[in-house]
Amino acid sequence: MLEIKNLHVKLEEEDKQILKGVDLSVEAGKVHAIMGPNGSGKSTLSYVLSGRDGYEVTEGSATLGDQDLLDLEPEERAAAGLFLAFQYPVEIPGVGNMTFLRTAVNAQRKARGEEEMNATDFLKLVRARAKELKIDAEMLKRPVNVGFSGGEKKRNEVLQMAMLEPKMCILDETDSGLDVDAMKLVADGVNALRSEGRGFLVITHYQRLLDHIKPDVVHIMADGRIIKSGGPELALEVENNGYADILNEVV
Amino acid sequence: MALAERRITATEARLEGLQLVKGGWSSAARSDALQRLRQMGLPERRDEYWKFTRPDTLVQPETPKASVFDNDERPIFDGFDRLRIVFVDGVFDAEASDDLSLEGVSIERLADIADKDIHWAKDLYGVLEARGQSPVARPFAALNTAFATDGLMIHVTGKPSKPISLIYTHAKDDSDAILHHVIRVDAGAEATILENGPAAARFNKCMEIDVADTGKLHLVRAQGRDHERRAVTHLFARLGEESTLKAFTLTVNGVLTRNEAVVELTGDDAIAHIAGACVGDGDFHHDDTVFITHDAVNCESRQVFKKVLRNGATGVFQGKILVKEGAQKTDGYQISQSLLLDDDSQFLAKPELEIYADDVACSHGSTSGAIDEDALFYLRSRGVPEKAATNLLTLAFLAEAVQEIEDEALAEDLIERLENWLARRS
Repeated sequence: MLEIKNLHVKLEEEDKQILKGVDLSVEAGKVHAIMGPNGSGKSTLSYVLSGRDGYEVTEGSATLGDQDLLDLEPEERAAAGLFLAFQYPVEIPGVGNMTFLRTAVNAQRKARGEEEMNATDFLKLVRARAKELKIDAEMLKRPVNVGFSGGEKKRNEVLQMAMLEPKMCILDETDSGLDVDAMKLVADGVNALRSEGRGFLVITHYQRLLDHIKPDVVHIMADGRIIKSGGPELALEVENNGYADILNEVV
Repeated sequence: MALAERRITATEARLEGLQLVKGGWSSAARSDALQRLRQMGLPERRDEYWKFTRPDTLVQPETPKASVFDNDERPIFDGFDRLRIVFVDGVFDAEASDDLSLEGVSIERLADIADKDIHWAKDLYGVLEARGQSPVARPFAALNTAFATDGLMIHVTGKPSKPISLIYTHAKDDSDAILHHVIRVDAGAEATILENGPAAARFNKCMEIDVADTGKLHLVRAQGRDHERRAVTHLFARLGEESTLKAFTLTVNGVLTRNEAVVELTGDDAIAHIAGACVGDGDFHHDDTVFITHDAVNCESRQVFKKVLRNGATGVFQGKILVKEGAQKTDGYQISQSLLLDDDSQFLAKPELEIYADDVACSHGSTSGAIDEDALFYLRSRGVPEKAATNLLTLAFLAEAVQEIEDEALAEDLIERLENWLARRS
């Protein structure tokens, strides 16, 4: 479903190559994890795929289904079914969470030529989904992420994912800043969304998130490349021995 | 020509085409205002109080032309149950207006009562304006008192069941209108006054407001959208004990707007909120000049001004909180912010605090900034197109000012306007 081939990316403002030939293929229904030390390019990959400014693709391709992601605006990528759960969800004072969700859902429906969801149906759906994630009604009324705790912000990301029903979800360091209970809640939310037609790319530093969101494939990224891929046991190896062994092995 | 001489020449040139109304109490107030005006003279570009806004097109005798903006939009406040009072180019339109009788309030026209010797308005007309001339001169307000052709004397004695809605229609492209309203709110009385419309090619409006102890007045104003219109408006308010004044103004378009508000908190525990939201695109200059004086104990004042500017639009804010000696427990807040949607637009701000009491809480802030790129990307990554996302963030920026409108239905009506305006422009 998500096909990344030989992707080279540099920072637009400085001549610094961050990704140096990433190859990755995530199939529908599968969960892939990317692990790697700081500065390996994991977050850059998620930003480039979602269309954030400031990066220049110098070589390679990224497609979702039959669509060339790199040709699309961020909103078009979203409508095509790509979703990025942010490491640091943005606070937007003055925009109610509910308004935000409804605007997003209907913008995507409109872009896909579908009928917009009416207020009543939307409200029913959002309430049901929020309940599953233990997000109370008050949080829906508040401005987007303003005054939310770390856990609430991440749950709000998962709520958006649940409402937008993307084909391909990228989770960028979703475990950062969460205690064990909060992480479990978020992981449960993500697991509930796992389905045959949906792919996941979970970016994380640590094995602990992968205890809760069990991956099918684990990739190790270092210095802008995927240097090793394997099954879930690869994550355990990192947990036990750190990245050093793997890095040395490859060199 | 020396500055003083130039000022006199310009002032006299302006006065030449205007006529004093004779007869009754108002002629005394008018002569007095004229005398004061001659002493101060009309503003000059070099005046400190006008350094951000060029006064010349407001001073010049001939009205700069402003074409009437044709649009098929639903008029603002349409659908609200209200007492409609219509002025066309500053002239009262009886046919288009409702009957002026409404329980809890008496409304008369200045043109009808000015020559009556005994009238309550006599104690206020030009009086609050004159008080507001110190420490800063406001010559256009004195000109207004002297030469106003009409206006409303609104005496709120109870709690009228619906808002009093002043509708200012613009019909002629060279109209030059001067209106003067006086509002008195009795103890315990409460009213809402709505104002909307471009009024004239050039509009000078003055509103004197006296709120007695425990009285409440809400003002919600939407200045008309005609692109070329000019306006200079003044609000002078005196607030008694435990009284409340809340004023909100929405301005979209207009080549030049100067809104001054001069508020005196003279009774303990009084509350004054003055707020404004403006959205300017292109040839647009909007100036909010506010002066709030705390002269009693435990009063609260808020100034909340938000401006969205693009395509070379200019926003100005000059705001002052003066806390007099003895005005302890003052709670003063002032914020002025601009959202600059491009590099061509500018925001000029002069926030001031002057405090002579030692037990007060006053805060002020002023910022200029662009759209938050992180928030914009966040919205886009959820599928909201760039323009729609920008508009959503723009409305969010204006929210703090719009929230100053107490009536939610009115606030929603204004927000809907803003949404449409933004959608059309993007």
